[in-house]
Amino acid sequence: MAVAFLLLPLAGLMLRAPWRGLPDLLAEPAVREALRVSLVSATLATLFSLLLGVPLAWVLARTSWPGLSVLRALVTLPLVLPPVVGGVALLLALGRRGIAGRYLDAWFGVTLPFTTAGVVVAETFVAMPFLVVTVEGALRSADRGLEEAAATLGSRPLHTFRHVTLPLVAPSLAAGAVLCWARALGEFGATITFAGNFPGTTQTMPLAVYLALERDPDAAIALSLVLLAVSISALVLLRDRWLRAGVAA
Amino acid sequence: MTSLAARVVVERPTGFRLDAEVAVEPGEVLAVLGPNAAGKTTVLRAVAGLVPLTAGRVSVGGEVWDDPATGAWRDVADRAAGLVFQDYRLFPHLSALDNVAFGARARGSRRRTARAAAAGWLERVGLADVARRRPAELSGGQAQRVALARALAADPAVLLLDEPLSALDARTRLELRGDLRRHLTGFAGPSLVVTHDALDAFVLADRVAVLEAGRVVQTGRPVDVARRPATEYVARLVGLNLYRGRASATSTAGGGRVDLDGGGTLVAASGGPGEGMPAGARVLVAVPPSAVTLHAAHPPAGSPRNVWRGTVTGVELLTDRVRVAVAGAPPALADITPAALAELRLEPGSEVWLSAKATETAAYPDPAEPLEPKSAQRLEPKSL
Repeated sequence: MAVAFLLLPLAGLMLRAPWRGLPDLLAEPAVREALRVSLVSATLATLFSLLLGVPLAWVLARTSWPGLSVLRALVTLPLVLPPVVGGVALLLALGRRGIAGRYLDAWFGVTLPFTTAGVVVAETFVAMPFLVVTVEGALRSADRGLEEAAATLGSRPLHTFRHVTLPLVAPSLAAGAVLCWARALGEFGATITFAGNFPGTTQTMPLAVYLALERDPDAAIALSLVLLAVSISALVLLRDRWLRAGVAA
Repeated sequence: MTSLAARVVVERPTGFRLDAEVAVEPGEVLAVLGPNAAGKTTVLRAVAGLVPLTAGRVSVGGEVWDDPATGAWRDVADRAAGLVFQDYRLFPHLSALDNVAFGARARGSRRRTARAAAAGWLERVGLADVARRRPAELSGGQAQRVALARALAADPAVLLLDEPLSALDARTRLELRGDLRRHLTGFAGPSLVVTHDALDAFVLADRVAVLEAGRVVQTGRPVDVARRPATEYVARLVGLNLYRGRASATSTAGGGRVDLDGGGTLVAASGGPGEGMPAGARVLVAVPPSAVTLHAAHPPAGSPRNVWRGTVTGVELLTDRVRVAVAGAPPALADITPAALAELRLEPGSEVWLSAKATETAAYPDPAEPLEPKSAQRLEPKSL
């Protein structure tokens, strides 16, 4: 029953797919634009997540101070927060009149909402916790003994982190990045709330699918197929990683 | 060259207190021998800087690495004490070669230079052909040698080995013990080897320090520790019956008589007043089980000077002889032949006579209770 429940919608998608017109549909400029915006912003969001998330994961896994549990709860909040609420929160914080956004605007002339940068911010906000949680777990269970061994060989903490700790958590880092990227790619609620839906700048694939469903169901199905294909490749990539990690251990 | 001098005092919240003093000369190998949880590994970790001292001091070649009293502290990475961990701790993502090259790379050597030096070290430990393998693809013995090469390649001021052979099977152990001795001899600085295996300690080390419950209870050359153990633990390791007692005033000409704490008296050919053990002095008596003979009846008067009665409590077949545990005053382990066992029909509960040759019974001062003036005074009335 459960399997049927999971598979039925996918089967529906496949059966109703306009396989013949697929190449033409995907060649449409609007679709290509949406795909481009999606891929670029999801990739950028993943990069930012890595840049900000890895140090944060390290702090969560390796330090101990009174506010740590509160911080950990805050980090995981976007995982459970409805994305739309996240979008509203981002608007209030980083919008042109937001508590931080007004200074961004006044001092740097930067406005985030309704720009591609805004999409990246929204996706990073929603997707980064996936990376942080995965990497934190890996750092926590990584063998501290190897870091000790590195230190006795004259390795300073930064060198040890780069050449011992990071390689050790590399499988989890990759898994976290793929999860993060996939989540960013599928982001809908926070994106439409914070960045809007402008073709070519902020219209990502999920937004295009939703809009297309009203005008041209076939196009919506085609776009959905593309997203499904991307998700499946992400899953295969993950499995591959996990399998290899399992063999190495 | 650098010598190592350390008084390691480490207290744990559990109430365990380690207070051990070790001094190792350049080129010398000191084995710290002791049972599990005696604090052996903590001594190494404190010297390497992985555990801060509660009190005491670690100094190497006159440079103070740790001294809580003055606040002196040198970071682990700056000490670069060559520590070979019990579980080796090879980096799983690096080849054997890059594991050995790690120390040089960490200090900024170029990859090529570091690898060339590492290849030399692998060659020296006989592993040139596995340089490209990952640790997961190495046998236990190979991993041990890579770990040793890695520590030596980092050009350490001191070499610290934690149970270097304990993770290996008996055969590999036998092979590697000799090799390890050779590498230790080749190392110019002080070496500290921690082990619970008496054989490792006696083969690898120039000197042995016995550590029990956080304290050094005996230090000496391996041969002295093996012949004259100061504690039950070492006596068991080297297979000796050990008794504590006092030198008796009624010593005979041919040897010293010792009144044992647990009851009974033994006459030892060596020791006694003639060897600087005045009557009343605390002494230890060591008797090898092979020197104890069992008889069904009181043995005829002859050369054995020690004869007493006992009850068999256990019989255990060793490879070519039978070890019999006998309760009595004093209790003893006796090694007899299977033929003797059959003849005597020994089983737990059997009454037997024991005899021990005085010539194989050694008495020596108890180092746990040195003859300080105070204790000597306390003893005097008794011996008068």
